[in-house]
Amino acid sequence: MYFDSVSSFLEMGGHGPYVWVCYAITVLVIAYNIWRPIRTRKVFIVDLKRRLRREARK
Amino acid sequence: MNWTWFHKLGSPKWFYEVTSKWMFWLALITVLLLVTGLVWGLAFAPADYQQGNSYRIIFVHVPVALLAQSCYIAMAIAGAVGLIWKMKLADMAAKVSAPIGASFTFLALLTGAIWGKPTWGTWWVWDARLTSMLLLLFLYFGYMALQAAFDNETTASKASSILALVGLVNIPIIKYSVEWWNTLHQPATLTFTSKPTMAPEMLVPLLISIVGFYCFFTLAFLMRLRAEVLIRENRTQWVKKLVQNDV
Repeated sequence: MYFDSVSSFLEMGGHGPYVWVCYAITVLVIAYNIWRPIRTRKVFIVDLKRRLRREARK
Repeated sequence: MNWTWFHKLGSPKWFYEVTSKWMFWLALITVLLLVTGLVWGLAFAPADYQQGNSYRIIFVHVPVALLAQSCYIAMAIAGAVGLIWKMKLADMAAKVSAPIGASFTFLALLTGAIWGKPTWGTWWVWDARLTSMLLLLFLYFGYMALQAAFDNETTASKASSILALVGLVNIPIIKYSVEWWNTLHQPATLTFTSKPTMAPEMLVPLLISIVGFYCFFTLAFLMRLRAEVLIRENRTQWVKKLVQNDV
């Protein structure tokens, strides 16, 4: 570990806010890119299942 | 030469089945590389003697800025393949790349701005590198808007692929902007042709996180493309069967 304490790790010699905001936004962008296709897939499966059930009844 | 593989690649069903086996391992490798690269860069790499700790932003900034451009090139090539060979899967690949590329471009611009404040004393300057990256973001937005503007998927793909190919001109401009113009942005951190100027304690975590972000792009791209394949093939037997077996 380069830093000698947790507080100096968080502070980063005064650059803490800049560094941590960058990493937080990065995590959000990564999460969005994973969540989006999972959601698209789920919605599609629910819709298609409904359609197939409707077609089966006819 | 045997071209059957090329035709197979154009088959959405074949693509879906093959990638099903990859997803878990790709996700695992991505998590391992990203966590290693970013934790190393944040906590273990030494501080920069000029920039202090603010330079730790590059472990995100450099990989996503590289990816923003690679993704655009991939999108334009996929678009061209779709135009020339009328390959459905290539059209879908181009379409799903755009939002991922846009999100990386946005992240590159934002992390650059946040790094610029403590380093240059300003969030934004209209220098060649920053402006051409902003143009890349607008190209992605334009591509997505054009893609959404048509009801017919084939027409949408044709129009947006042509836009992507025209916009390709911006990529060398981004790359050489720091050499052609006197920019505030520093020259390339990494080059293939010369020895790295960076200390290995910083270079190694940077390379790991670059590979990690490329894996992440592949993962996000495959996830989106697989969902897109299901949607476009919703009338086929194999998709119906797959959905019915999904509990």
